[in-house]
Amino acid sequence: MKITEKLALDAFKNDKETHILLDHKICHTCKERFCIYACPANLYSLNEKGEMVVEFAGCLECGTCMIACIYGSVKWKYPRSEYGVQYRFG
Amino acid sequence: MEKVDVIIVGGGLAGLSCAYELADSGMTVLALERGDFSGSKNVTGGRIYLRPILPYLPGIWKEAPLERHVTKEVFTAMGKTNSTTFEFYSDRFNQTPYPSYTILRAKFDRWFADLVTEKGGFVIPQKTVDDLIIEDGKVIGVKSGDEEIGADCVVAADGILSFLAEKAGLRKPFQPQHFALGFKEVIRLDSKTIEDRFRLGEDEGAAQLFFGSLTQGMMGGGFLYTNKDSLSLGLVVGLHSLNLKEPREEVYKLLDTFKERPEIRNLVRGGEVIEYSAHLVAEGGIHQMPKPYTDGILLVGDAAGLGLNMLFTVRGMEYAMVSGILAGRTIKKARGRNDFSASSLAEYEKLLNDSFILKEMKTFQNTLSILENKRLFTKYPQVISDLFENVMWVDENPKEAIYKTKMAELKKEFLNFETLKDWLLFRKI
Repeated sequence: MKITEKLALDAFKNDKETHILLDHKICHTCKERFCIYACPANLYSLNEKGEMVVEFAGCLECGTCMIACIYGSVKWKYPRSEYGVQYRFG
Repeated sequence: MEKVDVIIVGGGLAGLSCAYELADSGMTVLALERGDFSGSKNVTGGRIYLRPILPYLPGIWKEAPLERHVTKEVFTAMGKTNSTTFEFYSDRFNQTPYPSYTILRAKFDRWFADLVTEKGGFVIPQKTVDDLIIEDGKVIGVKSGDEEIGADCVVAADGILSFLAEKAGLRKPFQPQHFALGFKEVIRLDSKTIEDRFRLGEDEGAAQLFFGSLTQGMMGGGFLYTNKDSLSLGLVVGLHSLNLKEPREEVYKLLDTFKERPEIRNLVRGGEVIEYSAHLVAEGGIHQMPKPYTDGILLVGDAAGLGLNMLFTVRGMEYAMVSGILAGRTIKKARGRNDFSASSLAEYEKLLNDSFILKEMKTFQNTLSILENKRLFTKYPQVISDLFENVMWVDENPKEAIYKTKMAELKKEFLNFETLKDWLLFRKI
């Protein structure tokens, strides 16, 4: 089962604005890309220009990226009231 | 600014328990939950132990939407292509009050929130708290969007990432060493199939833990819990070892690899995945605990760092509920004195210290150093499984004497300095 198919099983209410901000200056100097390997929803990737991008819409709200990124690039907060993942089983 | 007596930020187990304790105290208590309903942002493995909570919260369990009471404990050491399983059953696990149950938080917390409301507390969903209002060093309320609400006392029950504990100056900076990522699938399977496959009686449940090759050298393991008509199957991986892993691989793929193993494949066969979720787990134990109070604010549950890996199980939900109750008791007394300063709220720390929570966290304060030992997740599960494989293996060659040959191998594997060191470390828990 693909990770995108797994995420499609979850109920999300997506905000227009992201709750995850990256400091591109820091990402630019990062070699390890901890976020790519740590995100359980596979939301981090490099775009065609080689810049780190994150798709906030499938975020499971665990906060792992913020802690795994020891360089402090990931500015992460909870989605605004009414938005984000809504677990039905948990 | 509108003002109430107590604002509880977070309608999970810790926050709701605090609200329940305070709901009939005559104080106005608001619990603010950021999800659509309590439980909608919560995830557990998981299993909850009832006996530690019963003395503090006796009356609520009869109708509680818990899943199955656990009668069977299963541990599996996984080698790369083999595994060894140890299964334990006891009549004591099958006597009421049952000691532990599997649980799905979106169901349980939602029900508990209704109970709080019935008792006179207010649980307001869809309310994300963004900030504390602090005046002269004292917490006097919270901000949510454009709204400000004042309170004599704020209870931070906002979970393992507690941004409020940080804003109150209580939490230490996050370190990957102190956290593990848990992620799981909920797989629907009818109850009859679950009971047949796991050899369980009606409403009985199994809790299975896996360690070894499935985490590919990383600190962590797998879990499988039987719910009423679903399975919770997942992995827990330490963030520090995840960052160091070579060769690099996206962690989410490990669950798929694990699920393809015959040991798992045959248990989940025919099941339908109905949810995928992730959450952090506290691994730092007592070493990462912030001071749980300051002027006008108390920290409860995960926000207070109350989680513990005891190797054979992971604890947190009991700590959340009981710390919530203890915070409620502290607030009642502080109300009597009309004093919500740090010195008045300090009583909460004393109650925590005297409870099983801090006693256990002290007893198991060295588990993290044991878990940092890579051999626990690589060498030992492999050696044990290889040993049994060789004992059971029969082929065209004459079978060698089991004791003589295997003892020699075992001596080589276990009678060495490293294993002695590991053993000495183990004695610390």
